Amino acid sequence: MKSLGWMSITATLLASTVNAESIDSILSHYADSARTETRSFSGFDANRGKDLYFKEFTGGKNDTPSCTSCHTNNPTQPGKTRAGKSIDPMAVSVNAERYQSLKKTEKWFRRNCKSVLGRECTATEKGNFLTFMKNS
Amino acid sequence: MRFKTLLLTALFALPACADDDYIKPISDQVTKDECSACHLAFPASMLPKASWEKIMANLDNHFGEDASLDAQTTNHITRYLSAEAGDSGLWSSKFLRGLNSQNPPIRITETKYWIREHRGISDAKWKSDRVGSKANCAACHRGAERGDYEDD
Repeated sequence: MKSLGWMSITATLLASTVNAESIDSILSHYADSARTETRSFSGFDANRGKDLYFKEFTGGKNDTPSCTSCHTNNPTQPGKTRAGKSIDPMAVSVNAERYQSLKKTEKWFRRNCKSVLGRECTATEKGNFLTFMKNS
Repeated sequence: MRFKTLLLTALFALPACADDDYIKPISDQVTKDECSACHLAFPASMLPKASWEKIMANLDNHFGEDASLDAQTTNHITRYLSAEAGDSGLWSSKFLRGLNSQNPPIRITETKYWIREHRGISDAKWKSDRVGSKANCAACHRGAERGDYEDD
């Protein structure tokens, strides 16, 4: 009985370790996907992430040509939704709460890449973007 | 005679009790979390069921943005908004007055009630930094999140 108790505690601890997500675990998930996307993948590039953040696209929705449309030119500053609501800063240096869940990160990449680029982002783009945010 | 006076008093007292500025806010946590990620979680009674169904069926093009959700969450929110919609109760909500029930608007700002309540607000005020969008209720109705729509 006693050993059963220990076993369940160990199992719970293990499960919580496995489930804990961080920007690094999310980045390594995207790195795995990026390797299958591109054979020559050799790591993420913060500068490319920065370019993605600032680039103006024409394929998406008219009101949101760029990430900066809502998140401003400075990811350490709060942004604003089109409906006037404040958005917490994207940069990890000022907002450590972000990028703690792969599911949530995926949800917002899916929606916002479609709104801005008119398509889903590749794993390489997502990894570059997160690397830029990690360094910002 | 006494009873009649009492009855009359009660009748006249009624309008004073009904707070016209209160609109029941969204109480379902999933609905509140998802909607309020981008804007105030607009009360369900502000639109009829048919409008909410139309909005929820087109989340991938939600007033110019992709706001799509997984199927389970979408269904959950659609069910809640339909159950609490302006035409779900015994009495229709004031927002539904004069609406074409066959083809209701999907913008709250296109309901006759909303337009009447906001007449006289200048274009400059809507476009000001503080407001910026007609969807930004809380800019002027500071208590909007708890259902209080008294003017600031």
